[in-house]
Amino acid sequence: MTESSVNKLLNGDSCRRTSNGLKTSKNGFVKNHCLLQQPHKYRRPRDKNPNVPHNPSLYKKPFVESFEETPLMVAVLTYMGYGILTIFGYLRDFLRQWNIEKRHIARERDEQKDFVPLYQDFENFYNRNLYIRIRDNWNRPVCSVPGPKMDLIERSTPNYNWTFEYTGRVLKDVLNLGSYNYLGFAENKGPCADAAIEATQAYGVGVGSTRCEMGNLDIHEELEQLVARFLGVESSMAFGMGFATNSMNIPALTGKGCLILSDELNHASLVLGARLSSSTIRVFKHNNMQSLEKLLRDAIVHGQPRTHRPWKKILIVVEGIYSMEGSIVRLPEIIALKKHYKAYLYLDEAHSIGALGPNGKGVVDYFGLDPKDVDIMMGTFTKSFGAAGGYIGGKKELIDYLRCHSHSAVYATSMSPPVAQQIITSMKIIMGEDGTTLGADRLRQLHENTTYFRRKLHDMGLIIYGNEDSPVIPMMLYMPAKIGAFGRQMLKKNIGIVGVGFPATPIIESRARFCVSAAHTREMLNTALDAINEVGDLLQLKYSRRERPLPSLGWMSDESLLKD
Amino acid sequence: YTIIIYLSYPIYLSIMRGVLSSIMASGQQWVLVEMVQAFYEAPAYHLILEGILILWIIRLLFSKTYKLHETYKLTENEKEDLIEEWQPEPLVPTLSKDHPSLSYDIVTGSPSHKIIINGKECINFASFNFLGLLDNERVKQKALSSLKKYGVGTCGPRGFYGTFDVHLELESRLANFMQTEEAIIYSYGFATIASAIPAYSKRGDIIFVDEAACFSIQKGLQASRSFIKYFKHNDMKDLERLLKEQDLEDQKNPRKARVTRKFIVVEGLFINTADICPLPELVKLKYKYKVRIFLEESMSFGVLGEHGRGVTEHFGVNIDDIDLISANMENAVATVGGFCCGRSFVIDHQRLSGQGYCFSASLPPMLAAAAIEALNIMEEDPGNRSFFNDCLNVALCLCDRIPGLRLEGEPFAPALHLQLEKSSGSREADMKLLRSIIDYCLNRNVALTLARYLEKEERFLPTPSIRVVVTVQQTEEEIQKAVSCIVEAASVLLQ
Repeated sequence: MTESSVNKLLNGDSCRRTSNGLKTSKNGFVKNHCLLQQPHKYRRPRDKNPNVPHNPSLYKKPFVESFEETPLMVAVLTYMGYGILTIFGYLRDFLRQWNIEKRHIARERDEQKDFVPLYQDFENFYNRNLYIRIRDNWNRPVCSVPGPKMDLIERSTPNYNWTFEYTGRVLKDVLNLGSYNYLGFAENKGPCADAAIEATQAYGVGVGSTRCEMGNLDIHEELEQLVARFLGVESSMAFGMGFATNSMNIPALTGKGCLILSDELNHASLVLGARLSSSTIRVFKHNNMQSLEKLLRDAIVHGQPRTHRPWKKILIVVEGIYSMEGSIVRLPEIIALKKHYKAYLYLDEAHSIGALGPNGKGVVDYFGLDPKDVDIMMGTFTKSFGAAGGYIGGKKELIDYLRCHSHSAVYATSMSPPVAQQIITSMKIIMGEDGTTLGADRLRQLHENTTYFRRKLHDMGLIIYGNEDSPVIPMMLYMPAKIGAFGRQMLKKNIGIVGVGFPATPIIESRARFCVSAAHTREMLNTALDAINEVGDLLQLKYSRRERPLPSLGWMSDESLLKD
Repeated sequence: YTIIIYLSYPIYLSIMRGVLSSIMASGQQWVLVEMVQAFYEAPAYHLILEGILILWIIRLLFSKTYKLHETYKLTENEKEDLIEEWQPEPLVPTLSKDHPSLSYDIVTGSPSHKIIINGKECINFASFNFLGLLDNERVKQKALSSLKKYGVGTCGPRGFYGTFDVHLELESRLANFMQTEEAIIYSYGFATIASAIPAYSKRGDIIFVDEAACFSIQKGLQASRSFIKYFKHNDMKDLERLLKEQDLEDQKNPRKARVTRKFIVVEGLFINTADICPLPELVKLKYKYKVRIFLEESMSFGVLGEHGRGVTEHFGVNIDDIDLISANMENAVATVGGFCCGRSFVIDHQRLSGQGYCFSASLPPMLAAAAIEALNIMEEDPGNRSFFNDCLNVALCLCDRIPGLRLEGEPFAPALHLQLEKSSGSREADMKLLRSIIDYCLNRNVALTLARYLEKEERFLPTPSIRVVVTVQQTEEEIQKAVSCIVEAASVLLQ
């Protein structure tokens, strides 16, 4: 089967799970020579116990990440669900073929009926028979600021989601747990919006040229200097689109004869960038340092396949926060590995910049490390800064090289000035350069909200994935039908959530994802928790078999808050 | 081995004899008895020796096969040494200090008709602001009111609360404008065609591409992992030759041909050559050889045709005959982003398969709002006829008048290329020479730019050139001034 649209079905961010991960090798790998102390076998990522850091000495504070194992019964039921869906899918495809059931899908025009079909029929099987049935949970049109509360345009469907009609009504003040608005800078009022308005008046919205030709505005230069200062690196460069920052710059950095070691859950843009670079790509298990170290050792010892020439360079590509798992990269261990094996490190902070660390400077700040140890600091402005685009930061030589060789610098239109201004202002607020403590307050608020929300969900008996400090909170639903049910039930309670299923997640691990924001008040979070609790009971989502804390007095008082 | 076999020969014999005889003469119990007797009579050392030999043979039979490379297995210390020894190349090669791209020209303020470059105010002949909408007050106001309603960013991809009513409106407006069934917007112009191609064309499919195709098409081709067949720039005979070849190939293997999709990818107006593609011929070839056409119209959208619908309107080709049209909104529309349009059957597929659509944050609403207003302006006043004449005018002025420079491209293209008539032999020297012309003009308040390429990455590297962009805002005098400036520069610097 060709790479199908199914691959992107139930669209999500990170969309890659490779099954060709390494097998637990029988003869093990070197025990004495490896840098990190390791257990005899790979630790399965979905281990029952919370992941204990393999090398605690590298961490300054406890690193707690949990991925509770899927209950067997649930797994069986989920597979059964897919089985039934598939059978019905075939049945309905059969009915559609004989025109017993009406076909809603757009069809090829008659003049081109004898061309080779544009799509393989099988490609769209899941699209037709699964995704369509629950697709009202995605692409919900927003008609306000995507802040802590948003307005949604009401849609109705006369034909089970094949087409949508707008009823003309607006769902007011839907609680927003879906947008990546970590620091709450998605605002239409306040200093950022004011500055962006001024920039629009001064510059207009477009640029109409590339950075290399005539599109290098003073505002871009200002932004880049600020980003470099924010990250604590020598120099930086900003690009107009986050996705393109990855896919257009990795090819400038590596090429033939280079090796890219990529986490199995890396975002599609990193995967695309790696692929476009024509380097060799090897995938290590998610956040698994033994897997990475084995790949590194093997790569250096054996060199390139067939020719056995040594690799020109090795680039480790990881993300700060993995948006589907809520896990945080084990950066201290990776830096230790990269130093020992002389590899380079590409860190994508799309979700972590602004959202992690005491100063909001991402994972490096979170672990208290030196930004100079990361060779390529990449991140996006879409999330915490409420803007658009991406950046790369690092040594001056690196950035100078990118200025001449990045695909984006030479061929793509530069960033829109008001967008650049939004980033400048929000970044200055985070850094406290506006002379207020607003930024610090937001960072503290985000951290508090994250901890509170995660703890409450956990206490309810829901299975929550990821690191306890990650503002991305995946909640396991497992069954694909529950994505639809949960999304709809929550919307009924005026709460907007994101559901994610295969292929963005493993087939049985469909989940809902909450993104906590600094703009959420305790009250809003309690409303949401209340609703999740109710819907969780209704849909029997409380799968967790871990011991729950007894309802102590403190918990009770919180509980009474919940009822308010 | 010989020794082993020699030593164990007697016992083989006895076993064989026993087996054979028991088969041949079943019932003749005496043979077995004889064997047992011989066993008792044999000396003990013999028995022990033979026992050991039997065990040895069994071991040999069941032990793992002998592997040649196992003997070469590295010891841990050797591995450590190798790791110690290995020295990677530096992350990036060091650049020469005077690399032309290291010092970008700095633009202060709006890069519109009047542009301030490195502190000097010039007339802009470099930005792709064809319709002069970059500092249009109406566009700005629309963007501002959108900004006041939605803020700047969308904080999410289209699927996850990143779809705004503005996006839906822009999509339907674009579809209307182009008179197609559906349109889809991307948040970045470069990513549009680069995502659209791999959404349809997969491994094993075949794409026929013009050699002059722009870089984002090349990246799309690379991401699709299909077979790529380049035909000579705008050479329909060459394309037909390739198509015929493929046709013969298909007849040989009809089963494979039934699932191999074929596409032609061309640009409407080529950004690298300023040529127009021969669309009517392409459409003929499309139906003759059953190949789909993808058309990239970033340069021609909003410029060619009576209403600015691009090459299809220019040639009067039915837009439904083109399977997919893609363009960016960064040139004529003067905002950021791109779009694809065509029949719903084709376009809708990208909503789940267009990587740059699914996995990227959506276009900031204010930029979409600006695009809507730009479309309004384009619809109200299809002033393209006069623009068309402007371009012709510039082209006529430039043509044949500049010593040492040659004008490339169609006379009605809004972005033309000036190349050296005689190359000095090295690309670098040519670039320097052209750059000196640009600097000469910059000093006289005319902003031009070199067409920049990644020299190592381009499939077919275009000749160095100065790009001259025509916009509706340039007046007759300004154009005359620019032309005389270039003529002057050329006559001073190229002699």
